[in-house]
Amino acid sequence: MIPLPPYAATLGLRRDGETFVMPFDPGLIGAPERLHGGSIAGFLEVAAIVALRERLGAGVAIKPVNVTVDYLRVGLMRDTFAAVEITRAGRRVANLRATAWQDGRDRPIATATINALLERPAEPPSPPPPANR
Amino acid sequence: MSFDPATIVDRFVRYVPHHRTLGLRFLAAGDGWAELELPYAPHLVAYPDTGVIASGAIFSLMDSASGISVIMALKRWVQHATLDLRADYLRPATPGATVVGRAETYKLTRSVAFVRGIAHDGDPARPVAHVTGTFMMTDA
Repeated sequence: MIPLPPYAATLGLRRDGETFVMPFDPGLIGAPERLHGGSIAGFLEVAAIVALRERLGAGVAIKPVNVTVDYLRVGLMRDTFAAVEITRAGRRVANLRATAWQDGRDRPIATATINALLERPAEPPSPPPPANR
Repeated sequence: MSFDPATIVDRFVRYVPHHRTLGLRFLAAGDGWAELELPYAPHLVAYPDTGVIASGAIFSLMDSASGISVIMALKRWVQHATLDLRADYLRPATPGATVVGRAETYKLTRSVAFVRGIAHDGDPARPVAHVTGTFMMTDA
């Protein structure tokens, strides 16, 4: 398994099978008794990149191009869970969707749509096209 | 009562636990805008091989700067919640550099604030991120 970066450890991110978990910690709070929107966004973004890295392998560099987060419900002072859907992983671009919940997966607190650029190791040059007859 | 950003907003920024987690600090604020800074720190790194910090930390910086710009536009404390926020990551932040986030509320309606902003690491003309978002006033 690929080690998690320091920022993921700062959020307390861990795995439970396919599901990502951000256990409640007072350091994630924004407004009184609510998780900071940035805690939730950061969690979704890191989860998405970790899931994509597992799919593609460590040799492919992943560069997030943009992230759009929709906040659906208040993040309460409890554990948060996330699932990542890799909508498409092409040669140069990956499109992902990550969903966060607390009460139940059918009651999401936020969703993130993420586009990332992929940089694959250089491939050997392709053979010349066949000559026209 | 006067609305003095230098003291009230600074105290608010310090009070928020996640700001302390990230090391986020108040810089300046004015009519409808706010500026916060995120000093470089090893615990924010997302790419250990290069030392580049997580874009998620920059997202947090911009979420907070945006929210404070809403307060600065309203000139009073109102409960508000982020409805959505989009960040375009234009280039990686320079390792070791402090990232500054500046956001402005460019349109207010009775219940929604429209915001935009940039994050840069020294030169506002070369931003690292551009954000747009909307906030709901939840007790309006």
